[in-house]
Amino acid sequence: METVYLAIPLAPLLGAIIAGLFGKQIGRNLSHWVTTGSVALAFLLSLFVFKHITLDGGAVYNGAVYTWAVVDNVKMEIGFLIDNLTILMMLVVTFVSLMVHIYTIGYMRDDPGYQRFFSYISLFTFAMLMLVMSNNFLQLFFGWEAVGLVSYLLIGFWYEKDAAVYANMKAFIVNRIGDLGFLLGIAIILIYTNSLDYTVAFEKFEVHKVNLPGIFPLTVGPLSALDGVDALDLAMVLLFIGAMGKSAQVPLHVWLPDSMEGPTPISALIHAATMVTAGIFMVARMSPLYELSDIALNVILTVGATTAFFMGLVGIVQNDIKRVIAYSTLSQLGYMTVALGASAYSAAVFHLMTHAFFKALLFLAAGSVIIAMHHEQDMRKMGGLRRYMPITYWTALIGSLALIGFPGFSGFFSKDLIIEAVGKSGLVMANYAYVMVVLGVFVTAFYTFRMFFMVFHGDERMDDHTLAHLRESPRVVTTPLILLAIPSVLAGFLIDPVALGDFFNQVLLPAKEGFRDVTTIMVDGSKHLAMSQLRESYHGILGFIMHGFLSPALWLAAAGAGLAWYMYMKNDELADWFYDHFGWLHKLLTEKYYLDTFNQKVLANGALYLGNSLWTLGDKLLIDGLFVNGTVKVVKRGAGLISRLQTGYLYHYAFSMVLGIALMVAWILFAYSS
Amino acid sequence: MSDWPILSFLIWLPILGGIAVLMLGDRAGAREGALVFAVLTFLSSLVLLGYDSAEGEMAYKQSIPWVNAFGIKINYMVGVDGISIPLILLNTFTTVIVVLAGWEVIQYKVAQYMAAFLIMEGIVNGVFAAMDSMLFYIFFEAMLIPMFLIIGVWGGPNRIYATIKFFLYTFLGSVFLLISLIYLYSKSNSFTLTDLYALELPVEAQMLVFFSFLLAFGVKIPMWPVHTWLPDAHVEAPTGGSVILAAITLKVGGYAFLRIALPIVNDAALQMDWLVIGLSLFAVIYIGFVALVQDDMKKLVAYSSIAHMGFVTLGLFLVFRLQATYLGGDGSTGAVMALQGSMVQMVSHGFISAAMFLCIGVLYDRMHTREIKAYGGVASRMPWFAAFFVLFAMANAGLPGTSGFVGEFLVILATAKANIWIAGLAGLTLIIGAAYTLWLVRRVLYGKVTSSEVDQLQDLNRREFMILSTLAIAVLWLGLWPHPLTNMMEASVAKLLEVIAPLSEIGAKGAVK
Repeated sequence: METVYLAIPLAPLLGAIIAGLFGKQIGRNLSHWVTTGSVALAFLLSLFVFKHITLDGGAVYNGAVYTWAVVDNVKMEIGFLIDNLTILMMLVVTFVSLMVHIYTIGYMRDDPGYQRFFSYISLFTFAMLMLVMSNNFLQLFFGWEAVGLVSYLLIGFWYEKDAAVYANMKAFIVNRIGDLGFLLGIAIILIYTNSLDYTVAFEKFEVHKVNLPGIFPLTVGPLSALDGVDALDLAMVLLFIGAMGKSAQVPLHVWLPDSMEGPTPISALIHAATMVTAGIFMVARMSPLYELSDIALNVILTVGATTAFFMGLVGIVQNDIKRVIAYSTLSQLGYMTVALGASAYSAAVFHLMTHAFFKALLFLAAGSVIIAMHHEQDMRKMGGLRRYMPITYWTALIGSLALIGFPGFSGFFSKDLIIEAVGKSGLVMANYAYVMVVLGVFVTAFYTFRMFFMVFHGDERMDDHTLAHLRESPRVVTTPLILLAIPSVLAGFLIDPVALGDFFNQVLLPAKEGFRDVTTIMVDGSKHLAMSQLRESYHGILGFIMHGFLSPALWLAAAGAGLAWYMYMKNDELADWFYDHFGWLHKLLTEKYYLDTFNQKVLANGALYLGNSLWTLGDKLLIDGLFVNGTVKVVKRGAGLISRLQTGYLYHYAFSMVLGIALMVAWILFAYSS
Repeated sequence: MSDWPILSFLIWLPILGGIAVLMLGDRAGAREGALVFAVLTFLSSLVLLGYDSAEGEMAYKQSIPWVNAFGIKINYMVGVDGISIPLILLNTFTTVIVVLAGWEVIQYKVAQYMAAFLIMEGIVNGVFAAMDSMLFYIFFEAMLIPMFLIIGVWGGPNRIYATIKFFLYTFLGSVFLLISLIYLYSKSNSFTLTDLYALELPVEAQMLVFFSFLLAFGVKIPMWPVHTWLPDAHVEAPTGGSVILAAITLKVGGYAFLRIALPIVNDAALQMDWLVIGLSLFAVIYIGFVALVQDDMKKLVAYSSIAHMGFVTLGLFLVFRLQATYLGGDGSTGAVMALQGSMVQMVSHGFISAAMFLCIGVLYDRMHTREIKAYGGVASRMPWFAAFFVLFAMANAGLPGTSGFVGEFLVILATAKANIWIAGLAGLTLIIGAAYTLWLVRRVLYGKVTSSEVDQLQDLNRREFMILSTLAIAVLWLGLWPHPLTNMMEASVAKLLEVIAPLSEIGAKGAVK
């Protein structure tokens, strides 16, 4: 089986290398066949692993591939941990990636960088697989940064576009802020475990927690202001800062909307379905550690809830179709994060999965619209596309219904579960989070159907030329839409085993002792009750749906969609009234809470100002000007003075000799006389 | 074979080769001749890979009494361990690259140019192999001459200013180094390094020696605030000179700290470690911001080198704190990790900075300017070049999977063991480093083609492609599998650590603050 595990990430890597280095030689068709084929292979092998481990009950794999380095008794390895959490991620990643590969054949048909694009998305698949399959922090960090690299390359794919190369740099640097936290978190874990291995960390921290209740000594030294802070809390919060960067949580979310400058297929693959969920995956993977830190869980809950609601609000005022979906992604990532904070890790991963399907679907549908519109992304210039693009229309409707949580669609199950879990969470911040996620449902429904109606219904607002050419996209584009629409509806029915059942071998402490066998999700049932209560109160799918009708979330969703219909289909005066009376709010939202302005004006310009000051004042004026050149000047002047003594006149020299001898004689006499 | 004086061979072959090339003059064949000697030296240096790294002892030793007059004994004593071998290999490897890089570009006094690099190679090998401090000093000083000439003869318009500055700076440090070595000799009656290690000096005396070491080696590596010669030297140096300067001579500073300063005056270093740690953080952060605002590509990379060297000095001087804060238990204090991180950082920076300067050289050869403003949209005209440049830029920003990551990773992990705040400050390089590197990439490679000169750029020729792909392989290999490197040095580093900061003593000396 090791060979299979190894082949899964390596196949896309090989495809990427072939298409990347030899793309010109092998041509466009062979390039997309090689890469798509390799990803298809990875998907099929993932299915095989799924059957082997999940269905047939094969052993969980946890082993090393090779030793990266051994430094100071710390063994750093590259290795795989293949359990149900990994398998689920592998399936999602390879499936969505495969869909995007196929879709790209149509979407990027006329692009001169065709081979390069395929090379990048295959490389991304490799990096993402390395991330999710890792059994240690080193490889996790490798995958973490590698997906960041590919994301950088793909956002800036059209590198002649200024907005694109601005966005990709921004994405990388903002992610690096999170990565710093992530790295420090890893460092703290290493201090206490002397290992980068997940399982060792899980085990040792539990032991520490038992033996040293309270506070771990963190540092000894004059600079330490952290005595009194629990190292584990700190490590977990720091790791989560990494997740905030990658999974775009407030305030490190600013890169994601700008990343929409990249081609649409990657918005679907990287910036909706897979890469941005890496942070969610990471926290779920680290659940045995997060369960030990209520402080970290409260932070997660707060950040997630804030993102879920306030980013959704911004989605309301966007007119670019991709940006609406981008803000929706932010908001949905917030939901997943909230679930993590409520210790409902399985619900978070479940929402991650359903979201991957329906959000990829929505993005690809948007891409289909964008092709038809000749790369126009402004929704104000669309409208009435329903008549021209039936497949896109229906699949987009399915995606939208899944997103707002229409009963029976996948998003309904996952989102409802999250809201329920937050409601049952006993953490301090749970009330705030609950209000945010419930209100968020209304916002989600509103912006989703605002977009839906603006694009597909109403009058055709595009120019005549575009109108004349409107038609459904080719089959390579629509096929992935249909294939993604299926799980967007049906994936929700997996709620039983995946989210509430034992798929992730959820261990509800103190039911089971020790962590050695735990490779998947762990919830401390004695402290964090939400998940066990949900499991108890769950009585089948139908019951869950019926229960949904009693919850406020569903009615808020209906209200949101209804309001969108009323405002954008029936009575547009309402929107005008809103602008007139809540102009400040509209301004606040279109300015994205002024965060971008702040970052640019204060942070970016501040850094440049600081750099310039240090350079001109420190290096040039002080060091070079005063010390170096000053020394040179002093030496020159001194040399000038001394050189004046070298007059060349014999009598000057003779005189100084006489003077010298006289002084020496005087000195000797003086010295010996006393 | 075991008696074969391989180290002397590695020192003198390139020097004699350089003289031979010099004799050959500017006739055709100077390039080929230089290449033959460079390749021969490189291949011979591969013999050192056979070093048995398990014990970490000095190997391939050779000792000849050299000076024995007026009661002064200087030995020609050479030997290498797991610390020096990677640096020697880096040196012999880089020289081949440099000879190839100057192949068509250098048309003026070719023989002298090639000879300077060959002689430089031999001298640097001598620095890394010397086991006698006076021998070390002589090689250390001799390095100045070829580099002085390389910048002074083949340099840019402002080369005189740069060479004088370079010379004065480094000479200033050297004078104190010489005095210190003489002082140490007067106390121990030996120049041999191991004797100096064993010398017990009062801390007050050590202090003076420590500061002169700090000045001598701090200028070389360079550390803030004695760094301003480096950007000027780089800007004026020809591409090959920049490569050697960044890849090799800076390493001499780091190596000297590890081999000379820390073990000989460890008590003083223990007391002054806060100073060097502070200066290292200054280098990482202050210099990072300065790099951000440079308009000249070479200056930017030069400043980035200083920032990267900050990690080296940080790792080296952390050992005292790490040994002191050891909580017991699993048997590793993090000090070995810090030292290894520094060493890996040096080797890796050798590859990356060489590659970065070569990339700038590729552009300079075509456009004759290093102004970032003059570029833009290069990616569309030079796609292969762009691919390499992005790879090396990412390595420079410490992306995992490239060599740039390994050293930074190890040093940050080790630093966190000593003090999480210092680790956080040093880790800022993750952000600042990415900012200045990627902003450079964006302005040079991306965007629309800005001028007709850029429009006519030709992509890499075969020679350039070969050079850059060799370096790319090195950068990736070290990033994906650093084990051979770390394995080679682990025992030697641990052995040296026993001299610098033995765990058994460090607590007694009151290091716990």
